[in-house]
Amino acid sequence: MLQINNLAGTRGERLLFKNLSFAVNGGELLLIKGRNGAGKTSLLRLICGLATPETGEILWDGESIANIRSEYFHSLVFVGHDNGVNLDLTVQENLHFHQAIKGNPSAHSIPEVLERLGISRYLKVPCRFLSAGQKRRVALGRLAISDARLWLLDEPFTSLDERALDAVKNLIIQHLDQGRLCLATSHQTIDWQDSKVNQIRLGEVS
Amino acid sequence: MTRAFGALLKRDLILVARTPGDYTTPVIFFVVCTTLFSFVAGKDIAVLKSIGPGVIWVSALLASMLSLEGLFRSDYEDGTLEQILTAPAPLPLLVLAKAFAHWISAGVPLLLISPILGILMNLDSHSTAILVVTIAISTPTFSLIGIFGAALVISQKKAGMLLSLLTLPLCVPILIFSVSAVSAAADQLPIGGHLMLLGAFFVFTLTLSPFGTAGALRIMLSN
Repeated sequence: MLQINNLAGTRGERLLFKNLSFAVNGGELLLIKGRNGAGKTSLLRLICGLATPETGEILWDGESIANIRSEYFHSLVFVGHDNGVNLDLTVQENLHFHQAIKGNPSAHSIPEVLERLGISRYLKVPCRFLSAGQKRRVALGRLAISDARLWLLDEPFTSLDERALDAVKNLIIQHLDQGRLCLATSHQTIDWQDSKVNQIRLGEVS
Repeated sequence: MTRAFGALLKRDLILVARTPGDYTTPVIFFVVCTTLFSFVAGKDIAVLKSIGPGVIWVSALLASMLSLEGLFRSDYEDGTLEQILTAPAPLPLLVLAKAFAHWISAGVPLLLISPILGILMNLDSHSTAILVVTIAISTPTFSLIGIFGAALVISQKKAGMLLSLLTLPLCVPILIFSVSAVSAAADQLPIGGHLMLLGAFFVFTLTLSPFGTAGALRIMLSN
């Protein structure tokens, strides 16, 4: 379980949010909403350990993530605004690399995952030759090749066509059905079927 | 843990192999810079021999600095660095993998070409051998110092000058002892002390740089 207690986040000198508390349990999707600049990405970066909160704490299975950094990183996959895809490497090399540094491969092979995302024929193609949507799909492929319990997704559906959006949505629903957790920022309205979905809205802090 | 180290090392070497300019440019710079000095020295072999170790070493130092700016650049811009920072393996270990890959791509070519440049500068065989030994010990130290500097300027565009200002002063002691070792070898003097000091610098940077670089990366990416 992920527990956020009295979290405050800043960007530069500007306070984005304060006293933010919520919990995400297994099988739940938390959608982080808010207008541009409200601090959605900053919140995700705090939760994935890339930034340190001004105040408050982030607990993973009851332990502060600062104390269990390696174990926590083992449990999460973060797909940020930037894809984390090297343009000079092929799709396969990129995903192999991410699988190796994460160290928790899932039962799904890379070709199998790419098949689901509709980009299997680009397996050995350098990412430089892919479109923006295809690169996004490669980045999202990291989700399915890992056995992580927590997915942190920053605008995962950006640049995706309808077919890819459905494929990613199904990946997330399947992940939640396994009793795992997902936090995502998104502006799209998506039918999450029977999945348990909660929402928080970030706004201006006075 | 070692799998992550190996994966990052392999990936960086694949990227180097796909962009040959990354390892050929420092070698070309090294050769051209050293050769230009040999023209300036004219016909006086004694001058060439006396300035040779210094010329080769300054050229090697500047050549190894050339590729530093790009060490984290593409990883920072395409988001891979965020993935590296959220990997379960210890970040200092992953930093070490990047420094090792940098040394293989930027330091080893200099090491391989240095005997030829030693002969060009009229160094005797013993001095040339010591030149190769000092380059073998000191270029990894340069990579370890350089990676720390590259992490500090990661968010700055066109940070080459700033990076040089940060790292070159830290390399001065290594330069002094390396040149002294080669000059001492040419004068048939003992060189054990120089090499031990160079070894100590290497161990010192090997111990501190990965942790300092990891800390710098975390601070730079937290903004």
